Amino acid sequence: MVWVNSILQGVLLGGLYALFAAGLSLIFGIMRLVNIAHGDLIVLAAFLGLVVTSSLDIHPLASLVVVVPAMALLGYLLQYLLLNRTMSDDILPPLLVTFGLSVILQNVMLETFSADPQKMNTGALDTASITVGALHIGVLPLLMFAVAIAVIAGLQWLFYHTAIGRAFRATSDNADIAQLMGLNKKHVFSLAMALSLAVVAIAGIFLGTKTSFDPSSGPARLIFGFEAVIIGGLGNLWGTLFGGIILGVAQGIGAQIHPGLQQLAGHLVFLILLAIRPNGLFPRVAH
Amino acid sequence: MSNILTCDALSKSFGSVVVADSISFSIEKGEAVGIIGPNGAGKTSLFNLITGTLQPTSGQVHFKAQDITPKNSATRCRAGIARSFQIPQPFAGMSVYENVLVAATHGASLKPQQAQATCIDALEQTGLLARVNDLAGSLTLLERKRLELTRALASNPSLLLLDEIAGGLTDKECQSLIETIQSIRATGVTIVWIEHVVHALLAVVERLIVLDFGKIIADGEPNTVINSQVVRENYMGIAADA
Ligand SMILES: Nc1ncnc2c1ncn2[C@@H]1O[C@H](COP(=O)(O)OP(=O)(O)O)[C@@H](O)[C@H]1O
Ligand SMILES: [Mg+2]
Repeated sequence: MVWVNSILQGVLLGGLYALFAAGLSLIFGIMRLVNIAHGDLIVLAAFLGLVVTSSLDIHPLASLVVVVPAMALLGYLLQYLLLNRTMSDDILPPLLVTFGLSVILQNVMLETFSADPQKMNTGALDTASITVGALHIGVLPLLMFAVAIAVIAGLQWLFYHTAIGRAFRATSDNADIAQLMGLNKKHVFSLAMALSLAVVAIAGIFLGTKTSFDPSSGPARLIFGFEAVIIGGLGNLWGTLFGGIILGVAQGIGAQIHPGLQQLAGHLVFLILLAIRPNGLFPRVAH
Repeated sequence: MSNILTCDALSKSFGSVVVADSISFSIEKGEAVGIIGPNGAGKTSLFNLITGTLQPTSGQVHFKAQDITPKNSATRCRAGIARSFQIPQPFAGMSVYENVLVAATHGASLKPQQAQATCIDALEQTGLLARVNDLAGSLTLLERKRLELTRALASNPSLLLLDEIAGGLTDKECQSLIETIQSIRATGVTIVWIEHVVHALLAVVERLIVLDFGKIIADGEPNTVINSQVVRENYMGIAADA
């Protein structure tokens, strides 16, 4: 039963990893941009949630109403004013700029919020659980998992059933041709980053309610996100969710074997899968 | 008559290669103009300058009495300039319908309902209606060329630029394409058509421009142009095998 429980916890944790990964996957898919600052932006969103929660005296989950649009706006401006200037056929310049951004964000957060670990208190939700047989399932992890599925289903719907989604896919396919069909790629790229950071906002708030975080927590979230994306297969959002779950389960089982093995087990499974399925488990069908 | 397009001393070089050498001409609303010239003459580059994919080294492009030289290609598309590519470039991972819908939604700035109607019209006109649900990447060459045309039409252009759209087609395919282009012309769209298949061109255009080394070397009534001394010397030897 202990094992079943740790696998179940791992599955639910996988939802959070999928949330870390979805925004990363989305902008890589649309504009081949590798955002090294992604993890730090997740932590920034968590701090933002903390500030909003304490200054407005509201529930951490209610802070999403402010943090999601704020991060989306930040994403649009970041892309429009900074990253668009570095975009070309070469993926290196934007990667280097986001690396610099990562360092800057960590330092600014350290200056502003200090190195003390923080956590958002969700009150009764923190301890609420439902009991199924001998299993106790936390309501908060369950909620997190449900939100991850909803976010991925929502993104999937957006991509395949809306005008903006078609604009994203057309731009991803061939940005120069899309431009000749009336789609301004600078605007489309900026909208993609806004969407990515809206998802980052959700990921950040859940991160902050689940575990403690500090200004240097970002890079580890980036790694988990990358691993989930690569395991699932680039450009496949449901694959990303599955990648997150595999990562979560591997960590859960690792921790069950020995508490110190939690992270290592996840990385090992990632490396093994990368070796046998370099394109991920569900690569987007080649056309 | 009113001019829809005016190129004013357009020049463009890539290093020492001059692709446009002070090109000036005007095209009237509703005109159908052919452009011929040897490979590498700068025909495609001229389209790139008109659509905004290339920025000229000097000179201006005027469209509907507006200087559009500083405008990007998305803005020019929305203003009414559409083109097809010599090598078809569909959004391969999207369906035929979605390809056309992107042009109607963003190029012609149409609301969903109107966009849908425009797409169906354009698909009907180019004979692609039967393939709407197929992936664009799965189309044959002729169908890809038709998709280029459909997408261009769906953006609701007043100026349609066609780049060697008949190249590589069989005589029969070419004939049906000519009929499609004639029907587009009949709706009042201004057409500029680059083509090596001269007989196809002559079935549609009323004016012919000849480019060589980035310069206009002849411009006028098609038969007069083709029979002129300068064109016979510089070009017809190449056109004979096209
Ligand atoms: N982006 C580019 N960079 C460098 N040279 C180019 C570029 N585009 C075209 N050229 C050169 O410009 C010349 C004209 O090309 P193009 O306009 O495609 O000719 P055409 O369509 O008449 O065959 C060719 O010599 C081609 O190699
Ligand atoms: Mg050409």
